[in-house]
Amino acid sequence: MVTFVLNGLEISVEKGTTILEAARFYGIGIPTLCYNEALSPYGACRLCLVEIGVPPRSRLVTSCTYEATEGLVVRTHSERVVKTRQMLIEMYLATCPSSKVIQDLASKHHVTRVRFRQKQEECILCGLCVRMCEEQMQAGAIGYTGRGDSRRISTFFDKKSEDCRFCGGCQYICPACQARCQGPQEKEAVCNACLNLAPPCLEHFDHVMCYMDPCVACEEKSGREPRKTCCK
Amino acid sequence: METKEAVRSVEALARLAGFHRQARQKVKTRILVCAGTGCIVSGSLRVMKEFERLLADRGAAAQLAGVAEVGKGVGVAQSGCHGFCQKGPLVRIDPYGIFYTGVRPEDVAEIVDTTINGGKTVERLLYRDRDGLACCNQEEIPFYNSQTRIVLKNAGLIDPEDIGDYLAAGGYTALAKVLTEMSPAEVTEAVTRANLRGRGGAGFPTGLKWKEAFHQKAWPKYIVCNADEGDPGAFMDRSLLESDPHAVLEGMIIAGYAVGARHGLIYVRAEYPLAMKRIAIAIEQARETGLLGEDIMGSGFDFDAEIFVGGGVFICGESTALISSLEGQVGEPRQKPPHLAERGYLGKPTVINNVETLANVPVIINIGAPAYAAIGSAKSGGTKIFCLTGKVNNTGLVEVPIGVPLAEIVRGIGGGVPDGRALKAVQTGGPSGGCLPAEMLDLPTDFEELSQAGSMMGSGGMIVMDDTTCMVDVARYFINFLRDESCGKCFSCREGILRMKEIVDDITAGRAGDETLELLKETAEMVKNASMCGLGQSAGNPVLSTIRYFEDEYLAHIQDKKCPAGVCRSLISFTIDADLCTGCTACAVKCPTKAISGEKKQAHTIDAALCDRCGICLDTCRFDAVRKG
Repeated sequence: MVTFVLNGLEISVEKGTTILEAARFYGIGIPTLCYNEALSPYGACRLCLVEIGVPPRSRLVTSCTYEATEGLVVRTHSERVVKTRQMLIEMYLATCPSSKVIQDLASKHHVTRVRFRQKQEECILCGLCVRMCEEQMQAGAIGYTGRGDSRRISTFFDKKSEDCRFCGGCQYICPACQARCQGPQEKEAVCNACLNLAPPCLEHFDHVMCYMDPCVACEEKSGREPRKTCCK
Repeated sequence: METKEAVRSVEALARLAGFHRQARQKVKTRILVCAGTGCIVSGSLRVMKEFERLLADRGAAAQLAGVAEVGKGVGVAQSGCHGFCQKGPLVRIDPYGIFYTGVRPEDVAEIVDTTINGGKTVERLLYRDRDGLACCNQEEIPFYNSQTRIVLKNAGLIDPEDIGDYLAAGGYTALAKVLTEMSPAEVTEAVTRANLRGRGGAGFPTGLKWKEAFHQKAWPKYIVCNADEGDPGAFMDRSLLESDPHAVLEGMIIAGYAVGARHGLIYVRAEYPLAMKRIAIAIEQARETGLLGEDIMGSGFDFDAEIFVGGGVFICGESTALISSLEGQVGEPRQKPPHLAERGYLGKPTVINNVETLANVPVIINIGAPAYAAIGSAKSGGTKIFCLTGKVNNTGLVEVPIGVPLAEIVRGIGGGVPDGRALKAVQTGGPSGGCLPAEMLDLPTDFEELSQAGSMMGSGGMIVMDDTTCMVDVARYFINFLRDESCGKCFSCREGILRMKEIVDDITAGRAGDETLELLKETAEMVKNASMCGLGQSAGNPVLSTIRYFEDEYLAHIQDKKCPAGVCRSLISFTIDADLCTGCTACAVKCPTKAISGEKKQAHTIDAALCDRCGICLDTCRFDAVRKG
C-alpha cells in the first residue's frame, strides 16, 4: 500500500494505482477526454492535470499516467490546475465546438467565452479510437500520421484497411463526433446551455472547497442569477 | 612495435601512447588543415590537397602512422573544428601555433615558402584583433585566449580520424585509471562531486542519473549518447564529434562502467554525415586497439558501442522520443514517469547523456573532481560550450566556465556588435529559450540564473541581436520553428503553439486588438504548464520572455500599429522625400511591383496600395530620399 496526500486528505491506495484512479475512487471528479478505463493511459488531452508537490516547487502532471508514490502531495483543484484546465477547454471549444462532450465540459468548468479564432475540427486527436482498435479489437487498423498540426488519424497509407472489421468501436468511443444536444450553432461557439455554476469559493481560496457536482447550492447562496438554460 | 595489436593492459596502453608520441616528435613541423564541416564548405579540402601536392613536389612523401610525413620532417594532417568557422578555412602550423585564417589554395605556395622554408609568418593571413594588430599564434587571438578550453582542448590540434593522435595527447588514460583504480560507485561519486550537469539542456545532475541506473536490478542496461542536436544555430555536439570523437567515446565507456552497462548507442542525426563518419572511424579504431569489446585492458569489463542514425526529427532529441525512435517506433515522447533509468530502451534501464556531457567525463577523471568543480559556479561544475551567432563580431564555438557573465561572452570573446550598432538582446537556449535584454548582460550563464530570468541554458545556442531586430518577429520565428517541430501528440503543445502563432501573426500584421497580449500570455503559460515533454514545457519561453522585457514593442505593434525596428512588413511604409529625390528613376526601375511612379528628373512617389514593402528602393536610392516608417 502507498500512502499519499490527496487534497489535504491522507489516503492509502494499492501500489500501482494512478492518481486519477485514486481520486475517482474517493469521489473527486477530474475531467478527461483521452482516458478510458479499458484502455492504456495516453496522457494526450492534458485535462486530467493535477498539481504535485508544494509550491513553488510544484508541477502539473497528468493524473491518468502518474502512479501515486509514498508521501506524494497532490492537489486536484488548485488555482493553477483550474486555470490551466479552463484554458485547455477554451482551446478545445475553439477547435471542436460540435462535440457535446466538450460543450458539457465547458459548462461544467465554467468556460463561457472563446477568445481564439473559431475552427470546426472534427477530431481532437485524443487517440481513444486508435487504442480501442488496437487494444480491445486487436485490429490495429488505424493509427496516427503526420506531425504537429498536420497530425491526423488514418489507415495505413490512407488505403482501405484490410484489418478493419467495421466493428464501429472507433465511432463508439469517440468523444468528438457525438452530435451537440442543440445542434450546431453558427455564430456562437459556446453553448453553455446547461452551465454548471462557477464555484465562488475559488475567488476566496486558492482551491475549490467542495466537490459537489454541480455546486448549485453554493451558487444560490452567493445570490447570483443562475444562467438561463435551454432545457425549459 | 606493432600498432594494430590490441591493448590488453594499462601498461600496453602507455607503451602504445608513447610510441605514437615519439612518432609525432619526428615530425618537426605539422600543418593542420581544419576539416570541420564549416571549413570544408569554405574549401579547406582543396587547401589540404594543395599542401600535399606542393610538399610532395619538394621531397619524397612518406607515410607514418597515418601522418603524411613529407620532406624535412614536415607533415600535413587534417584537424577537427577550431570553432572559428567564420574565418575559415583555417590552417594551424605546429609546434609554433601559427594560425592562418581564410586560406585559399592560391596562398599555399606562399605559406610553404615563407613559413615552412623561411621561418616567417605570412602577415596578410594572420588574424587581426580589434586594434588591427596581427596575432601570430592561436593563443594570442582574443577569441581563444579568453576561453577555458578543457573539453575542446584537442579540437583543432589533433587529427580526429587517428586514434594515435588522441593517445599521444593523453587519451584513454582516464579510462585506464577508472578500470584499474576505481569502482563504479567511485566513478559516479567523482562525477557527482564534480557537479557535472547534463549539457543537453535540462541540466540534470549526471551523477544522480548514473546512480539511479546503477541501482536498477534489471539487465542489460544501456548507455545512449544523444547526438541529435537540432537547435537552430547550435553545433557544439557536431563539432565535438567531428574534432574529438574519441573523447566522447571514452566518456561513454566510463559511463558504461559506472552504471554497469555493456552496450552503448550513439544516436546521431542524419544531417551530420561527417560526425557520423568520424565517430564510426573512432569506434572501429577503438575496437582494433582493444578499447572496445570484451575484457577491456584486462579488467574484465566488456563494452561495445554502435551508431544509430536518426530520421531528422527535432523532437527525437527529447529523451523518451529518442528511445521510441531507437526502438523503431514513431519518435514521439511519452509521459514520464517511469523514468528512463527504470524503463528505457527495450524496457531496460537506460542512461541518456548528451555528447558534451560525455566528453566532460574523461576531464573529470583526469583533473579530479574538486579541480573540475572549482572551474564552474557553485551549483554546476566545469565549462559550457556556447555557439555564439548573430550580430556579433566573432562567431563560433566558445567554451567558458559555467557562470561567467553574458557580457564576457558577447562583448569579450564575441567582440561586441558590428557596425557600431547597439546590442538589443541575447537569445539563449535555442528555440525554447528566451531573449534577455542588453541591461541583463551581467547575468551569470548558469542553469538557475538563466531560467529565473525566463530563458534557459539549453544546449548552448546564443544568438546576439542588435537594434534592427524586432522582438515580436523573433518570437514569431521561434514559435514557427516549434510549430513545425511539435510532434502533435499532446493537445496543449500542438494546439497551444498553433494558437500562439495565430496571435503573434495577428500582432505582426497589425490585426491584433488590445486584449490580445493578455490572451497570448495566458496561452503561453498554459502551454508551459500543461505540456507533456520538454519541448512544450518550454515553448512559451520565446513569447513570455519577449513580453517580459520588450512589452513596449508588443504594445507599439498592437496599439499604434507600428514596428519600431521596421521589420514587420505590414506595419511599415515607404515614402520618398520630394526634396531629396532627384528623379533618377533608379528605384522605379527596380521596384518589383511597379509601385513607384514619376517623371524623369521629377520627385517620385510610392503608391502604398501597390507597395510590397520589400525595401529594394531604400537600398537602391543613392540620395537617401527613401524613408522607412
